[in-house]
Amino acid sequence: MEDTICAISTSKGVGAISIVRVSGSDAITIVNNIFKGKDLTKVNSHTINYGHIEYKGEVIDEVLVSVMKGPKTFTTEDVVEINTHGGIAPTNKVLEVLLENGCRLADPGEFTKRAFLNGRIDLLEAEAVMDMIDSKTEIQRKMASNQISGKTSSLINELRDDMVQIISNINVNIDYPEYDDVDIITNDILLPKITKLKDKINKILEESKNGKLIKEGIKTSIIGRPNVGKSSLLNALLEEDKAIVTEIAGTTRDIVEGQISIKGILLNIIDTAGIRDTSDKVEAIGVEKSLKTMEESDLVLFMLNNNEEITEDIKELISKVKNKEYLVLINKTDLESKLDLDNINIDKNRVVYLSIINNKGIEELKEKISELFNISNITSSDPTYLNNARSISILNKCLNKVGEVEEAVKNNMPIDMIELDIKSIWEELGTINGSTYEEELLDEMFKRFCLGK
Amino acid sequence: MGYEIIVVGGGHAGCEASYACAKKGHKTLLITGNIKNIADMPCNPHIGGSAKGIVVREIDALGGIMGKIADKTHLQIKMLNSAKGPAVQSLRAQGDKIAYPKEMLNTLNSLENLEIKEGMVEDLIVEDGVVKGIVLEDGTKIESKIVILTTGTYLKADILVGSTRTRKGPHGEKPSQHLSDKLREYGFTIKRLKTGTPQRIDRKTIDFSKTKLEPGDDKLLTFSFDLEPQYKIEDQEPCYLTYTTPETHKIIMDNLNKSSMYGALDDIEGIGPRYCPSIEDKVVRFSDKERHQLFIEPESRYYDDMYLQGFSTSMPPEIQEQMVHSLPGFEHAKILKYGYAIEYDAIYPTQLHASLETKVLENLFTAGQINGTSGYEEAACQGLMAGINASLKLEGKEPLVLKRNEAYIGVLIDDLITKGIRDPYRLLTSRAEFRLLLRSDNADQRLRKYGYDVGLISEEQISKLNKKIEDIGKCIDYLKNNKLKITNEVEAIFNENIIPIPQTTISYEQLLRRPEVTIEFIENFIEIPFSDEIKEQVYINLKYEGYIKKAYKEAEKMLKLEEKQIPEDIDYDKVKNIASEARQKLKEVRPTTIAQAIRISGVNPADISILSVYLKKEYANDNK
Repeated sequence: MEDTICAISTSKGVGAISIVRVSGSDAITIVNNIFKGKDLTKVNSHTINYGHIEYKGEVIDEVLVSVMKGPKTFTTEDVVEINTHGGIAPTNKVLEVLLENGCRLADPGEFTKRAFLNGRIDLLEAEAVMDMIDSKTEIQRKMASNQISGKTSSLINELRDDMVQIISNINVNIDYPEYDDVDIITNDILLPKITKLKDKINKILEESKNGKLIKEGIKTSIIGRPNVGKSSLLNALLEEDKAIVTEIAGTTRDIVEGQISIKGILLNIIDTAGIRDTSDKVEAIGVEKSLKTMEESDLVLFMLNNNEEITEDIKELISKVKNKEYLVLINKTDLESKLDLDNINIDKNRVVYLSIINNKGIEELKEKISELFNISNITSSDPTYLNNARSISILNKCLNKVGEVEEAVKNNMPIDMIELDIKSIWEELGTINGSTYEEELLDEMFKRFCLGK
Repeated sequence: MGYEIIVVGGGHAGCEASYACAKKGHKTLLITGNIKNIADMPCNPHIGGSAKGIVVREIDALGGIMGKIADKTHLQIKMLNSAKGPAVQSLRAQGDKIAYPKEMLNTLNSLENLEIKEGMVEDLIVEDGVVKGIVLEDGTKIESKIVILTTGTYLKADILVGSTRTRKGPHGEKPSQHLSDKLREYGFTIKRLKTGTPQRIDRKTIDFSKTKLEPGDDKLLTFSFDLEPQYKIEDQEPCYLTYTTPETHKIIMDNLNKSSMYGALDDIEGIGPRYCPSIEDKVVRFSDKERHQLFIEPESRYYDDMYLQGFSTSMPPEIQEQMVHSLPGFEHAKILKYGYAIEYDAIYPTQLHASLETKVLENLFTAGQINGTSGYEEAACQGLMAGINASLKLEGKEPLVLKRNEAYIGVLIDDLITKGIRDPYRLLTSRAEFRLLLRSDNADQRLRKYGYDVGLISEEQISKLNKKIEDIGKCIDYLKNNKLKITNEVEAIFNENIIPIPQTTISYEQLLRRPEVTIEFIENFIEIPFSDEIKEQVYINLKYEGYIKKAYKEAEKMLKLEEKQIPEDIDYDKVKNIASEARQKLKEVRPTTIAQAIRISGVNPADISILSVYLKKEYANDNK
């Protein structure tokens, strides 16, 4: 028997109502003890009931209480949701009263954890619920919702279904070698099936890169010499004064992050201290940090001053951004041009001209980023991707193994040995959504093939 | 003076159990309903088969007797899957239903410490949860230190034919009426299971010209590691193959409601084996199949019954007549014995320790169909293990528990006690995740040392094995030390066999590793002065080294988890956050190691992590 937990399930303070959720075997009795209205232990399941929360003679709030009896609830336990009036004070008070009456404050994500542990949702779905709660953009929400509805799981299950047919057929060939009404799987039959499997996994992986973009956003760093306008750009993008902007070179020492949404994809922007040779020790740390940040970015915005000549260190830095997606931003186009772009080896398509002080070029920059990551394409399609590092790394591992199987098939290894590898891939895939069971295989064998004495 | 061990039931489990106990010097009583039915084969005449043949080899490696008796008496023998890899090759013999039991009885009778008696056991003597002997039908009590139950299908057996249910065993014998009720009273969960068997047809009335001939292998083979082949290739009895016809299917569909399983009996509780459906099941479930294969197999050299494999049914006799006569070659066939289904009681096997001693009653062991399995080989190997472990317990020693990477026997017992059963359990190659290690050819290398340690394998047998292992090493060295120079003549032989020519001089060991290269091919160039058995071992070890190494690595991973023991006194209610289904399963199975816990269906990886953390926290001071 699990203890009864409670938590405020809506974000604190905002909105006209707040919801306090209670889940566990005593959920209904505990709430009933502090509820004045109908006897909640006697009302029908999945009903909303009007009344007041009262404790020690004091009316705390006028509420609507949803009573949902397990197992048809989110956690599969008895769940009660108390709709209080928004505002921090009454909601917190309700929570306090619940805690005094035998509830325990839920750990972060504990409702979801219970839903998972009680078999209500699978591992992928559980991860998705957590993503849903954290989602900041519409498309993130959509992706999480697809995952909750099991769409992503079914993507994996589809792969596994393909494999289970191969596996069970080979197993039947082994266990019933004399049955002639079962197709005999040979390496020739197997090869195209394995190739198809490889293609399917490849496609999911390819699309999952987008999933990662949607979920985690594009990590963007702005790199450039001091006073080139990096902080101004950040502010212009964020449309707020987050970074300190001054005329004195080298003001920004800490990395400041901000997020903007470009057509539904998050851009996580990292401001960096100016990169230049310096004797100032504090600033030297900033320089190091900038180089490191650049390394970790998906996109590097390389900022130049239209009014300055290109220096050696700039050239060197550009050579360092080469392995990343990058754009070269030329700021201060309002000033005289002293830049000679022919001096450096860059793709002209990656150049954007800006005059931040005059608010010029910002929209063009956003458009360019959108083009670079093909954002319109990502956001208009149905976002059913694997989006977490765990799933993707498992899938990559599977892809390698499928490659080995293909090799073994070509080398004409015995089919029963190849089957061992296919089965291990099938098991590995099952760990993505937590559905690897021996019994599945046996059932499949006996469902599909006619065997017997 | 009472007995040390009483074995109840003389089927394949009971025979191995009695043999092992008596051979190990313990005063043993084998009590059975009818001595004539000792080592009876009431269903198909096979010994071995896919996976099961490997079990027979394992029984032999450990010092059991099934393989030797089969070698001495079979009608034909075959290596199944000989075109596939070495891991799935498995022997199957057609046993002789007269000669096999006779040979078994002779063997058992020759044991000094074994006494065989007839009697129907209806209760156990139990004191404070410890078994002290048995109680017969007439109230006679016989005391012993340990009891091994190998009751087969005889617990409340019901024979089902059409709309009739009769309380009797396979040969119309009296079953045990009360023992399963008593077991339930002692705390066992009892499960009702069901199985079936097809008709026996008079050989003289079958027109074999309308069937296909299925002869034995033309290579001499044995189950036993100790025996030379006991037969001549040309003396083997053939099997035959025929098919059902559209008419057969029509008869079945038209009379479906007369089958016990399709409504003629409304009180069927028993769950039948998934892998052994009746012909009714096959016709209904696979209605798109135009025909089904039927094997016609001789049962004995001493009588005319032919077993009609694939035609198991519980139709009434008059319909069975029509069905049989619709088969090609069976137009005038005479049915000697009708097919039937049988229902019987079994105990739910999660109530067993890995030693096959029950968790419910101390000093009680169970083996075979009573544990929910099906098949002679499955029964025999459990009987052997129960016999060995009962003896070890008397001797105050730790039980012999074979691991999943060591033997199919280990897979079978672990599956039973960890996963329980839904239907009668049959071994399948697909149940063994380490099947590459559990081969027919290496059963002796895997298990003889255990047989030797428990005293069922002699000094002579073990030194023969050691010599074999030594020779394998020598043979590999020989192939390493000798090299093939590429001459024109050599090239010609490669081309002739369509094998790519090596670029430079190459050792024979390297050459053998290449795809398509066989021992026979190498013998074009050099004589290999070792026996065929040794050469086969060298071939397998070199050719599949990559796969075998991978399997060892996987096995090591499992063994690490097997080392993580779960204390016997763990209270799963105190482990917070485990999913409710998992908690219930863990309480039922009470796994002894983390590895075993992982194998329980319904226990998820998340539950395992939580359990592991709990163990670390709660049992931090233990050395385990």
